[in-house]
Amino acid sequence: MFPSHAFLRFAALAFCAAAFFASRVFAAAPAFAPAIVYDFGGKFDRSFNQSASEGAEKFKKETGIAFREFEISNPAQREQALTQLARRGATIIVAVGFTQASAVEKVAKQFPAVKFTIIDATVDLPNVQSVNFREQESSFLCGMAAALVSKSGKIGFVGGMDIPLIRKFALGYVEGAKFVNPKIEVLQNMTGTTPAAWGDPTKGAELAKSQFGRGADVIFHAAGATGIGVMQAAKDAGKLSIGCDSNQNYLHSGGVLTSAVKAVNVAVHKTFLGAKNGSWKSGVIALGLAEDGVGYALDEHNRKLITPEIEARLNQTRADIVSGKIKVSEYKAQ
Amino acid sequence: METYTLIVLLLAATIRVATPLLLAAIAGLFSERAGVIDLGLEGKMLGAAFAAAAVSATTGSVWFGLGAGIATAVFLALLIGFACITHKGNQVVAGMAVTIMVVGLGPTLGLAWFGLGGQTPQLDGAGQRFTGIAWPGAAAAKEMPFPGLLYSELLSGQNLIVYFAAALVPLSAWIFYRTRFGLRLRAVGENPHAVDTAGISVNGLRYQAVIISGVLCGVAGTYLSTAASSGFVRDMTAGKGYLALAALIFGKWKPVPTLGACLLFAFTDALATRLQGVALPVVGVIPVQFILALPYVLTVLLLAGFVGKAVAPRAIGVPYSKEK
Repeated sequence: MFPSHAFLRFAALAFCAAAFFASRVFAAAPAFAPAIVYDFGGKFDRSFNQSASEGAEKFKKETGIAFREFEISNPAQREQALTQLARRGATIIVAVGFTQASAVEKVAKQFPAVKFTIIDATVDLPNVQSVNFREQESSFLCGMAAALVSKSGKIGFVGGMDIPLIRKFALGYVEGAKFVNPKIEVLQNMTGTTPAAWGDPTKGAELAKSQFGRGADVIFHAAGATGIGVMQAAKDAGKLSIGCDSNQNYLHSGGVLTSAVKAVNVAVHKTFLGAKNGSWKSGVIALGLAEDGVGYALDEHNRKLITPEIEARLNQTRADIVSGKIKVSEYKAQ
Repeated sequence: METYTLIVLLLAATIRVATPLLLAAIAGLFSERAGVIDLGLEGKMLGAAFAAAAVSATTGSVWFGLGAGIATAVFLALLIGFACITHKGNQVVAGMAVTIMVVGLGPTLGLAWFGLGGQTPQLDGAGQRFTGIAWPGAAAAKEMPFPGLLYSELLSGQNLIVYFAAALVPLSAWIFYRTRFGLRLRAVGENPHAVDTAGISVNGLRYQAVIISGVLCGVAGTYLSTAASSGFVRDMTAGKGYLALAALIFGKWKPVPTLGACLLFAFTDALATRLQGVALPVVGVIPVQFILALPYVLTVLLLAGFVGKAVAPRAIGVPYSKEK
């Protein structure tokens, strides 16, 4: 015999009760509820999104306040995720990545009491904070490092999706390399024109192999999870790679020249803390070398590759960029 | 000399890109020549890619990974077989269903087992991946003029699966056209009633074909996650299963023309990579967007204009029942 209606009714009752209590508990929960929505490539891309996630985790560890998170797997989910989080009582929502700009704009208008922070894009609304980085500055330093160690006089760049942000990386990298060696040749590839270009390590490896084949001996990637393939290909070929966004030097110790670090983790951490203690402000924030928002990574994994001479030169240039003596041009989309 | 180097490197890239396509296309060939539409290629490859990476990461041996990849793909193939051979279900639906299932299942299991957002840990230990095999004298040949580079970059230095895929084409042609099994396989896709009349099990043959398809998809998937890259990521097949199916139709369900189609697809892909940011005579630098669309444009043009009529096996897609 199939369980009778009594059982079903009981189950339904129990469910209602659970839902009721859950809602009570939720209403009584501390007023501060941070949330974060990751971009394509996912939370574990060992790069951009992972850095954001580390910042949020750090906040959780320090304050004991849990945060909600969401990983989108298709473009339609962005707005849905933001709306859901806002409706369910999030006080601050960090949207990671430029692709979320239009969704943030729309949802932020609907929920004027909720604070939004978008990373890598600018949304001009009274309840939105836009955090941008001057990636061209760290890319400039990485380009210099690549040019200083390159023996072939050819270096490479593999970008993810072909967008102005990635062109910004590429331009800074080329300028940095030419600053050291005006005759250097920089090979450039973009992985694709859709968000899928952030998560295709097979293609990344193929692009890297193609550039190594043409004589490059250092490749810088700005391609999210696709870059994992680039770095693997570099290791397989016994060549060097340059990591991006997170410090990726540890991925192939001794095979990664350096990483163009972008302090997404610091930004997320600061945003959560600021929103908690009331110092959060809307508006546009630009972080560069001067603010320690970007930089190049130096640790035990690449200590042998970055010689003291190279390090001195990079630090000198860094100071010059901060003081404004050297101007790194910013890519402007036509 | 410069041009020669360029061509050799382009061909080497073509071979790397073509390998998983070719394996999947030949897998589909076996299945489809026996009368079973193989829309599950993508799913079987993806499942195998996940299993191979997961097992290779946990056991530390790529051979166990290969075994797991093949086992997974064969299991999925049998699932399709059970649905459409035994139960006479719709083959298109069954294939798609398996693909959709795997797309979700892989990352879900990955998340539960490794906690890395659906990826598997990176394979970087020795013996966890299929790496290139350098032939004797390859390093010396690289320095030599004309044929040297051809030997060192093209023939030597590929991984084991590439050589397997290359050997597979003549092997499958031989099976199809020179063996009794091949004759029966083709017959079962054209006229299963005749095969049945001769006292041979139609379903038995179709199951064998589907299992072979599973094995080859398993190898293709293993190639993707343990040779071409170092670990599984979500949707890493990126439509290669469907592209293989297109190559199969393009190749008119014959092994050697299918090889040609796979190489063509791979070549346009490699060419697209190489043309990015290169200034061409007359036209100058071509926009990236156009270059990236090139393989597809070329495919459509070729399919529309140059192939001629591709005739599918006559009994394809039709479940066999004795009564009709």
